[in-house]
Amino acid sequence: MKFLGYCRSNGKVGIRNHVLIFPTVVCSSEVARMISNKVPGTVYAIHGCGCSHVGEDKEQVIRTMVGFTGHPNVAGVLLVGLGCELITPENIAEELARGGQRVETVSIQEAGGTIKCVEEGKRLAGKLLAEAADAKRESIDVSELTLGLECGGSDALSGLTANPALGIASDLLIAEGGSAIFSETTEMLGTEQVLLRRAANAEVERRIHEIIAAADTKAKSMGMDIRGSQPGPGNIAGGLTTIEEKSLGCIRKGGSTTIMEVVKCAEQPAKKGLIIMDGTALDVMSDTGLIASGAQIIVFTTGRGTPVGTPIVPVIKVSSNSITYNNMKDNIDINAGVIVDGHGTIQSVGEQICDEIIEVGSGKLTKAEVLGHREFDIHSLGPVV
Amino acid sequence: MQEKAILIDKKDNVATALHRMGKGDSILVAIEDRSVSVVLSQDVPFGHKFALTEIQQGDAIIKYGEVIGLATKPIRQGEHVHIHNVESQKGRGDKR
Repeated sequence: MKFLGYCRSNGKVGIRNHVLIFPTVVCSSEVARMISNKVPGTVYAIHGCGCSHVGEDKEQVIRTMVGFTGHPNVAGVLLVGLGCELITPENIAEELARGGQRVETVSIQEAGGTIKCVEEGKRLAGKLLAEAADAKRESIDVSELTLGLECGGSDALSGLTANPALGIASDLLIAEGGSAIFSETTEMLGTEQVLLRRAANAEVERRIHEIIAAADTKAKSMGMDIRGSQPGPGNIAGGLTTIEEKSLGCIRKGGSTTIMEVVKCAEQPAKKGLIIMDGTALDVMSDTGLIASGAQIIVFTTGRGTPVGTPIVPVIKVSSNSITYNNMKDNIDINAGVIVDGHGTIQSVGEQICDEIIEVGSGKLTKAEVLGHREFDIHSLGPVV
Repeated sequence: MQEKAILIDKKDNVATALHRMGKGDSILVAIEDRSVSVVLSQDVPFGHKFALTEIQQGDAIIKYGEVIGLATKPIRQGEHVHIHNVESQKGRGDKR
């Protein structure tokens, strides 16, 4: 199976051709937005990180920034800094240059304030846009695709319709040599026995056990029952009673193949096939981690309905039921509710999702892209000191 | 499918409502060689669960063939099964 994508000079494959304006610290976020707003055709991603990180937290934020800004859906990136921050444009640019990404940098203190920095940023962004315009789509094998698997606003049908249908799509893509990554470790609580049976080897088993045990310890450390947050109010209203029930529905989006590797948040896998990324259940942060780990496209299942997209990676939205689909047609690309309505099967919707992945991979815009949804956040482990 | 409710795994002791269902409704769910007929003793909202058998306090609630929690009180056949009568065994920082 083939699709039409962008072959980057570093050998990576993209499905979009964005010029990204990215602040390396919260202090330069507004300037990054101003530059992007003044240069049509660019996208931006703003966040609250970049300073006061220590140890593992610092490593995770840097890994996320490098993976995100060096992503093959990005033709070129302008990094915007302040000048006195912990994570500078130069820090990230050095990593990106090593990975073969096209990168420019600008800093507010060095440029002489907001207005001068925006002017310099506009000039550099224009240069990156002109270069990006030379990229052309070409026929590429789907084995080059990595699919990010996400769910949010789950209800009791998510685990019966949308997630198993997405599981079929994951299986189909992996059978063609591609990869799929699922995450949200909190939403693996209660599923360990199921996931362990699918581990490729003892090391994968050890890591699955380790990350789920850590998620349970972290949840318990709050000193209260996590119900109310996991499952959340909308989940509970939708019929989900416990985190175990929610989790068993969630993991069905990973299909039925062998789990080849477990990676940290925003870490790029060494293996192909089905991958687990250890990460948060907060979907917008999870999307960022999946992208930084290499997902060029995300399929996002939802029971209650959600509008979210990402700045650089298209998100295909799949509803678990027809009520939500009809209520939020602006936002939902595919309705897996047909499975309970008697107009489709898990297999047929899974194949429909797979076809949509190829179409969107080849340039078709998702509803989140059409509406300009570019939600973004970085999973910082904290504590911020 | 187009049934009123769904039984996911043969081992399950709850089924999931695929429509809003009312007290007194008679429901038949089936999977493989197992079929259960239940009269609902309470209204059950869309997407919510009801008991297929009598469940004792402390018994496991089974869905997807796996344990999703424990009953906090006795649950009769046909009763709505949700947060008022089921608790999780995970992330219980309140129970240390």
